[in-house]
Amino acid sequence: MLLLAGCSGWQSALDPKGPAAGELAWLIWFFTALCTVVWLLVMAVLIVPLARRPAPVGDPLVLDAAAERSKMRIVVAALAATALILVGLTLLSYFANRTLAAIGSDAVLTIRVTGHQWWWEVRYENDQPNRILTTANEIHIPAGEPVRLVVASTDVIHSFWVPNLSGKLDLIPGHENVLDLKADKPGVYRGQCAEFCGAQHANMSTFIIAEPRPVFDAWLNDQLRPAAAPVSAEAKTGHDLFLKRPCVMCHKIGGTIAGGTVAPNLTHIASRQTLAAGTLAMSRGNLAAWIADPQGIKPGAHMPVVGLNGDELNAIVAYLEGLK
Amino acid sequence: MSSADLAHERDLAQQGAAARKGDLAPERDGPRDTGLDDASLDRRLARTWRTPPGIIGALSSVDHKIVARRYLITAFVFLCLAGLSAVAMRIQLSGPERGLIGPDRYNQLFTMHGVTMMFLFAVPIVQATGIYLVPLMVGTRNIAFPRLNAFSFWIYLSGGLFAWVSFALDMAPDVGWFSYVPLSGPEFGPGKRSDVWAQMITYTEVSSLAVAVATIVTVLKQRAPGMSLDKIPLYVWAMLVTSFVIVFAMPAVMITSTFLILDRLVGTHIFNPAEGGDVLLFQHLFWFFGHPEVYIIFLPATGMVSSVIAAFARRPVFGYLGMVLALIAVGFLSFGLWVHHMFATGLPKLGASFFTASSMLIAIPSGLQIFCWLATLWDGRPIIRTPLLFVFGFFFTFVAGGLTGVMLASVPLDLQVHDTYFVVAHFHYVLIGGSVFPLLGATYFWFPKITGRMMSERLGRWHFWFAFIGFNAAFFPMHIVGLWGMPRRVYTYPVELGWGNINLFITAGAVVLFLSFVLFTINLVYSASSGAPAGDNPWNAGTLEWATSSPPPSYNFARIPVVTHAEPLWAERDTLPVATGLRVDARELVISTVAEAHPDVREKSAPPSIWPLFAALAVGATFLYSIFSPWAVVWGAGPIAITLVGWFWPKGDPEDEE
Repeated sequence: MLLLAGCSGWQSALDPKGPAAGELAWLIWFFTALCTVVWLLVMAVLIVPLARRPAPVGDPLVLDAAAERSKMRIVVAALAATALILVGLTLLSYFANRTLAAIGSDAVLTIRVTGHQWWWEVRYENDQPNRILTTANEIHIPAGEPVRLVVASTDVIHSFWVPNLSGKLDLIPGHENVLDLKADKPGVYRGQCAEFCGAQHANMSTFIIAEPRPVFDAWLNDQLRPAAAPVSAEAKTGHDLFLKRPCVMCHKIGGTIAGGTVAPNLTHIASRQTLAAGTLAMSRGNLAAWIADPQGIKPGAHMPVVGLNGDELNAIVAYLEGLK
Repeated sequence: MSSADLAHERDLAQQGAAARKGDLAPERDGPRDTGLDDASLDRRLARTWRTPPGIIGALSSVDHKIVARRYLITAFVFLCLAGLSAVAMRIQLSGPERGLIGPDRYNQLFTMHGVTMMFLFAVPIVQATGIYLVPLMVGTRNIAFPRLNAFSFWIYLSGGLFAWVSFALDMAPDVGWFSYVPLSGPEFGPGKRSDVWAQMITYTEVSSLAVAVATIVTVLKQRAPGMSLDKIPLYVWAMLVTSFVIVFAMPAVMITSTFLILDRLVGTHIFNPAEGGDVLLFQHLFWFFGHPEVYIIFLPATGMVSSVIAAFARRPVFGYLGMVLALIAVGFLSFGLWVHHMFATGLPKLGASFFTASSMLIAIPSGLQIFCWLATLWDGRPIIRTPLLFVFGFFFTFVAGGLTGVMLASVPLDLQVHDTYFVVAHFHYVLIGGSVFPLLGATYFWFPKITGRMMSERLGRWHFWFAFIGFNAAFFPMHIVGLWGMPRRVYTYPVELGWGNINLFITAGAVVLFLSFVLFTINLVYSASSGAPAGDNPWNAGTLEWATSSPPPSYNFARIPVVTHAEPLWAERDTLPVATGLRVDARELVISTVAEAHPDVREKSAPPSIWPLFAALAVGATFLYSIFSPWAVVWGAGPIAITLVGWFWPKGDPEDEE
């Protein structure tokens, strides 16, 4: 138990960073404490008779009627206590549920999260179509403000779970679920898919990046712009190669003719912190590694190996690296 | 078993007389056991009830003890396979980003681990224990529908082989033991892997339904004269309730797996949201079975715990009526809480709260059982032998698992721990703690009855401590790493999350647990050949299985006992009253009334037959073919019909001698 108290995790239900996770952590601790007490009591009743003298060996069917009656009273009392505790815990979880439901009543932002094998499509909803933003895997939110996530899936069932902020919710094809959450302070909170979704279930992470309001607004405006035009000659070659090669079939880069929607939007890929849904840190080397050998890094992923020679690979990486 | 209960003897004799007056020709009736001396009675019964010699004879056996022994050994082999796959997974997870096993093989491993443990080990082994013990405990000569019982074993064996051969061929299911759609559906589950899952379920469910029906009828109609409902041993009550739960729960999973294979094989769209199907329907159907499944595994274990505690505390279990009512209540309630496996699917909040309440409710009858056992043990220091050690291990772990179950019943709390290692810890605490520990205790307890030899007490204690320490070292830290955010079913995890050390510790615990099973196997093999001779009743226990020899003869009891007390051997220390009047040249059983167990009729029990094996081969081949083509149903119908005709071909025997 002490072990638990001392921990502080990047992806932990015991290190709450928002009101929902805070309520839940309290609930976890309360249940754990109560259950520990009950367990200790039961073990005490089990062990105490072992310390006593053995009962005289007699006829196993001759029982002391008075002792049996008093045992019956104790068993009934224990049963009543059990029922009472259970009623209390049921009410407690009912009210906790109501507290959680109240968090998103004044959500400032609606974000649609769609699960794919094995990445997250993130779309910031807006009444003005030109203010709708589509990105992948990293979800920026304003700190201290409740946001609403509308979650669904187009392939198999996934589950969205960022334990430091909130409990999990499934992304189910044909259903739409709503998860409200709030981060109290700026920070990066890791989460990962919690419903087994196939070969790369283990490498389907997401990050919620909570920022102060002005930083968030600036980020949103940056992301809404089309992709940066390539500057160096190498990057220009990379741009052309990207549009000529199969990359364009699946990925979208805003401002170019690349308009695929089955894979992550790459318009501002270099502004993200990780690659391939949290599998690799963002860097030039990792970009090159991922493009050259996606099946070695994430076996089973839907990103195919595209035949590129060394120069072509370098050029494409140079281009993508500039997509801040 | 020498003195005769004259009243019952008269009962049976009168029925015999009535039969002679009826449509049966008197010359068709054979010699009775009434006037025979013990030696010639044993000789003649042995000739009537024996399993024929030779390989065909062995394959034709319908003796419940022989079928049960085959079941037990097969289930143990599957336990070893599933255990080895667990060890392989633990080695892969012992450090971050290890590359021993890739995702494809890993996903097959955890699926096979779960499927094997649930469908090929846990359910079959509790049913097999029942097949062996229930007829002995109720004082009859064979299980009801003995050929159906033999058929069930062959079907079970072929289903298990089917699953593990597919694993060897790298086509084992890889979508988890609950195989959710759409991941297992036609679009996202290419190849034959999910079909293997679906049909393996069908095999094993057919076999467990067959055993459940046989068990129910044995308990309700074949109890020894005088064993009224209030004198049935708690273990038999547990098997009865379990069998009813199986009868009501298994059809739900058969429907689930059949719908899945229809979607995959003939393009129905039952689970396809694009065509108006629903993926959550699968989950509701599956868990309507899946939750009772847990109690199918757990309830028989409570019966074993009751038997062991009564024997070692040297008194009947406290609160017999409460225990029986608790068993029945758990059986009913187990059908009312499946939704707690689906709290994260975004159900309406009020509905979810209802299932919180119903999930909490089942803790009340379970608590009652625990309190009654504690009250039984309270009287004074019990005799501590290996079976009782495992029962203590059961208390220690099962109570902890039950309490984490209470945590999972809370909707909001579940949303944090659902599908994490916390849940993995929880269900291993309830399944290993609640069922495997009692099963191990039961093995030490009843092994002498089955083999005639005691298991080594010294090895048994080593086994217990290895198992107990290894289990807790492996599974307790999983609670913690789950709360730290580790989801289940991941084949790897990044270094930065800091789960490496605790996972290494867990793997070390798993290895110790594995070693405990090596010790267990050594003890089984050694004791079966060199254990101390056990005698009829080595523990001085009170129930009927201890009234016959160890191992029991093919006919179980030379004369059918008459029961006067819930612990007959304690009530009638020297001489157990018996009923007579059964034929010795034909396989006859006493059929008794449901409530009072008054002897009612004499009934033939089916003799050995090779047809159940042929029928199982035809059915098994049809199931196997059906993963490739729906025409299996057409081509399979003929051979199945032929084998069933052979099975049920009239033999010219008068069936019911009323």
